[in-house]
Amino acid sequence: MTTREEVVGSLTGFARALRAAGVNADRFRLTTAITALAQIDPGRADDVYWATRVALCSEPDDLPRFDALFDMWFRGTRPTLPAPVRNAAPKQELTPVARLDRSEQGRQNEDDDEVLRTAASDTEILRHRDLAELSGEQRDEVHRLIALLAPRVGKRRTLRRSPRGTDRIDVRRTVRQLLKDGGEPGALRYTGRREKPRRLVLLLDVSGSMAPYADALLRFGHAAVRANPATTEVFTLGTRLTRVTRQLRLRDPDLALTAAGNAIPDWSGGTRLGEALQAFLDLWGQRGTARGAVVVIASDGWERGDAALLGDQMQRLARLAHLVVWVNPHRGKRGFAPITGGMVAALPHLDELIAGHSLESLRQLVEVIARA
Amino acid sequence: MTFPDPDSVGRALDNAGYLPDEGVATAAYLAMRLARPLFLEGDPGVGKTALAQALATITEAPLVRLQCYEGIDASQALYDWDFPRQVLHLRAAGDNLASDDRAQLEASLYDRRFLVARPILHALENTPCVLLVDEIDRADDEFEAFLLEVLSENAVTIPELGTLRASEPPLVVLTSNRTREVHDALKRRCLYHWVAHPTFEREVEIVVRHIPDVSQQLARDVAAVVGGLRAADLLKPPGVAETIDWTQALHVLGSDRLDGTRAIATMGAAVKYHEDQVRVERDLLPSLMANLA
Repeated sequence: MTTREEVVGSLTGFARALRAAGVNADRFRLTTAITALAQIDPGRADDVYWATRVALCSEPDDLPRFDALFDMWFRGTRPTLPAPVRNAAPKQELTPVARLDRSEQGRQNEDDDEVLRTAASDTEILRHRDLAELSGEQRDEVHRLIALLAPRVGKRRTLRRSPRGTDRIDVRRTVRQLLKDGGEPGALRYTGRREKPRRLVLLLDVSGSMAPYADALLRFGHAAVRANPATTEVFTLGTRLTRVTRQLRLRDPDLALTAAGNAIPDWSGGTRLGEALQAFLDLWGQRGTARGAVVVIASDGWERGDAALLGDQMQRLARLAHLVVWVNPHRGKRGFAPITGGMVAALPHLDELIAGHSLESLRQLVEVIARA
Repeated sequence: MTFPDPDSVGRALDNAGYLPDEGVATAAYLAMRLARPLFLEGDPGVGKTALAQALATITEAPLVRLQCYEGIDASQALYDWDFPRQVLHLRAAGDNLASDDRAQLEASLYDRRFLVARPILHALENTPCVLLVDEIDRADDEFEAFLLEVLSENAVTIPELGTLRASEPPLVVLTSNRTREVHDALKRRCLYHWVAHPTFEREVEIVVRHIPDVSQQLARDVAAVVGGLRAADLLKPPGVAETIDWTQALHVLGSDRLDGTRAIATMGAAVKYHEDQVRVERDLLPSLMANLA
């Protein structure tokens, strides 16, 4: 007969393993699972499975992970406990905003104006540099600047009402005032429609041909998620679709990027844009994520699969979304023409095609998004 | 009515006309025993709302339904004050009152009798009952915050009146079609169950249950074809509700098995997009029909 302590110990370890696998099995859910197990016959494996599953899982992505771990934990050999994650304090390094050229630091005593002006013009040059051609240090600086972009998305009118505005009488507030005045009719109060930022969906190509830009684009995604956590969704496209919104919600950009990198199984692999886009539309887009949203696809349009499928899916997307923007890093290069198979198929369904190869072009993207 | 184990819940649901699998039965059993809300997700048409109705039947309690939509707020979901009655009450009391009476009158304006109960408050005041919060993902995310107190405390706090608490917790069922992610604060208070499409045998049984005098052969044919369509990656894969509709349509036309022309003529009951219909008619249906026994 298993004692209560054993059950609690075993479940705690199981929940920890689930968390390590990316399932959000927190303490609250663990408590639910323990109370649930007390209500059923622990001798029946299926009942134990269902009871722990309804308590510990919270989205369909969790289910395959749960199933795999449940088999390992309760039906087979038990692996060792993963070590508890200690929050190592990230090394704080205080750096001046502009420190592009190390040699400047040797001349500290010289005219400060001179240093500042040089740094500013370096930043200016950096704005237009191709992201693929940056040195390590320049890249760090650009990453810092990307983190400051914080895209704002255009507004849409919602059905929710607020006291500001004038298009309808607010009965609740008017009557409340009237009651306060002892039944004496007073001035009418009005309400208006509230406005809300449109949903922003970023679909980032992380295949091999986009590798030089993928990191910067993911950082752009992080800045977008941080600016509007509730209305931004980020997915990566490659040979499959991966949702990285949850990972990008971490505050620190480097931690967030590491977490996202771990979640993406097809990093620098091939491209099947059509299929990945279809997966997005089937699982998310059509249900509401893409409806009335601003959708940004960042890809060079190299399609290994069927370009016709991509065309069909782009048409579907164009019907759902408010604005479809394609960001192609090669557009910034001299002699660019949209001739790759995927690009040709997608072109008729786009509202905007912009470059996105440099910091400046990412800033343009922010403007396009804000105008929507 | 209490149930000793998941199997008894399963049998009761079965008798009520809802064929559960083991997962649904366990989830429903635990929701009742732990008095926790049940959060159901799954593709449209897999029977999430039907489960709530069946739960109301087996617990012999009324079903209170709150359909969510964009812009829904507390005054439509929880409670509202009955303004005309408040004003009338005030007018009837007259103007020339002593100051004591005036204070009393003011206090009486925010009495329970001037409160209009909307679905959630109604459910809390009339327990035992089953409260169905349908398609929570359609409401704005601000609205979820209104539900937190209801879900964890079974209570509604009204600033002018105080906290109204349910004498016994209602059985709460939330459904979502996953058009957006629901906040974790809400999800963690619930038991989560993903409702999957039923197996072939179970689906046939469900269809026969809903259309009692249908031919067994027709039900099996339609379920097999729908199963094939679900695997074929359509824009909108048909759910159980569509299987029932399609079989019903064929049954009304007097079919006792699926044949090509009737299948195409009635396809609109199951396949709801033009692009899908073209694909089904041209590519999928011939091969699926050929596979039928």
